Amino acid sequence: MEKIKTLADLKRIKENVQAKIDLREKSEQSGELIQIKVAMATCGIAAGSKEVMNYFIDHLEENGIRAVVTQTGCMGYCYAEPTVEITKPGREPIVFGEVTTKRAGEIIQKYLKNDELVEGIIPVNYHTIQE
Amino acid sequence: MQNLSDHIMDIAQNAIRANATRVEIDVEESEARDALVLVIRDNGDGMDADTVQRVTDPFFTSRTTRKVGLGVPLLKQNAEATGGRLSIRSAPGKGTAVEATFSRSHLDRPPVGDIAGTIVLLAAANPGMEVRYRYVTDKGTYTFSSGETRTFLGDTPLDDPEIVAALREMIAENIKDIQV
Ligand SMILES: Nc1ncnc2c1ncn2[C@@H]1O[C@H](COP(=O)(O)OP(=O)(O)O)[C@@H](O)[C@H]1O
Ligand SMILES: [Mg+2]
Repeated sequence: MEKIKTLADLKRIKENVQAKIDLREKSEQSGELIQIKVAMATCGIAAGSKEVMNYFIDHLEENGIRAVVTQTGCMGYCYAEPTVEITKPGREPIVFGEVTTKRAGEIIQKYLKNDELVEGIIPVNYHTIQE
Repeated sequence: MQNLSDHIMDIAQNAIRANATRVEIDVEESEARDALVLVIRDNGDGMDADTVQRVTDPFFTSRTTRKVGLGVPLLKQNAEATGGRLSIRSAPGKGTAVEATFSRSHLDRPPVGDIAGTIVLLAAANPGMEVRYRYVTDKGTYTFSSGETRTFLGDTPLDDPEIVAALREMIAENIKDIQV
């Protein structure tokens, strides 16, 4: 494959991705998206939150999950980093602790795909996490 | 914090919390001057002089979620361990610039890490923010802009996994060209 050096070199990839998305949007009723927030402060980064965020970006689509992944600050659960807050449309947010890439895989397969609960949910007296 | 890319993500998160809409990350590497300079600039809320004074103190944080703030002190410690230093320029409403200088060849200088991946992650995870990365060496300059990239992409989402992978490769290739 040709090396990608400039945005212009991305043109074909962009067109392929857009075609894939157009196809998907035709076959699906596009509802509200799942929100996934990865805590990206000092403790989280030290515990691997960057890798976890990459994992979600890389594996949601292939599992047919439509979500937006964003980063947020310290949720105050340093003992349980990496932490991830997931909000399904119309539901209360759930905070998952100690989310390694392996556990991120479980969350995708169980909670996101099948609505089964997985271990490691942090009971929150919920206060919003962007402080 | 294992490497400079981790520090970049950490310091950038401070900017995001301070409501920045623009974060500029400059990495300047000079073999001739044996220096590696990291500057992270934002247009967020900024800090008053008293706060700037206290930021490098590990027992200072304005967060309410935890009693200590470690991000800036850790970067300072790592810079100083190589004979370098950390400085902060900031003013309320004017944004903040954090500058860390390292002796490039010093044994204790943390490796740069996956900077291409980190920049793309920052761009993908913060849709409303301009992320500008500039890499300057004795051999040249490379600039990446998330805003320019989004304009190019149009309706195609930047956070699509194939786009993320392609952008990571694009940035990494350009870094490789001018690395010293
Ligand atoms: N870019 C910035 N803009 C505004 N305030 C900042 C910035 N960076 C740091 N601060 C202030 O300095 C404090 C300490 O930062 P840091 O050492 O990263 O610890 P923490 O983010 O965990 O509080 C922050 O809580 C914040 O009040
Ligand atoms: Mg911080």
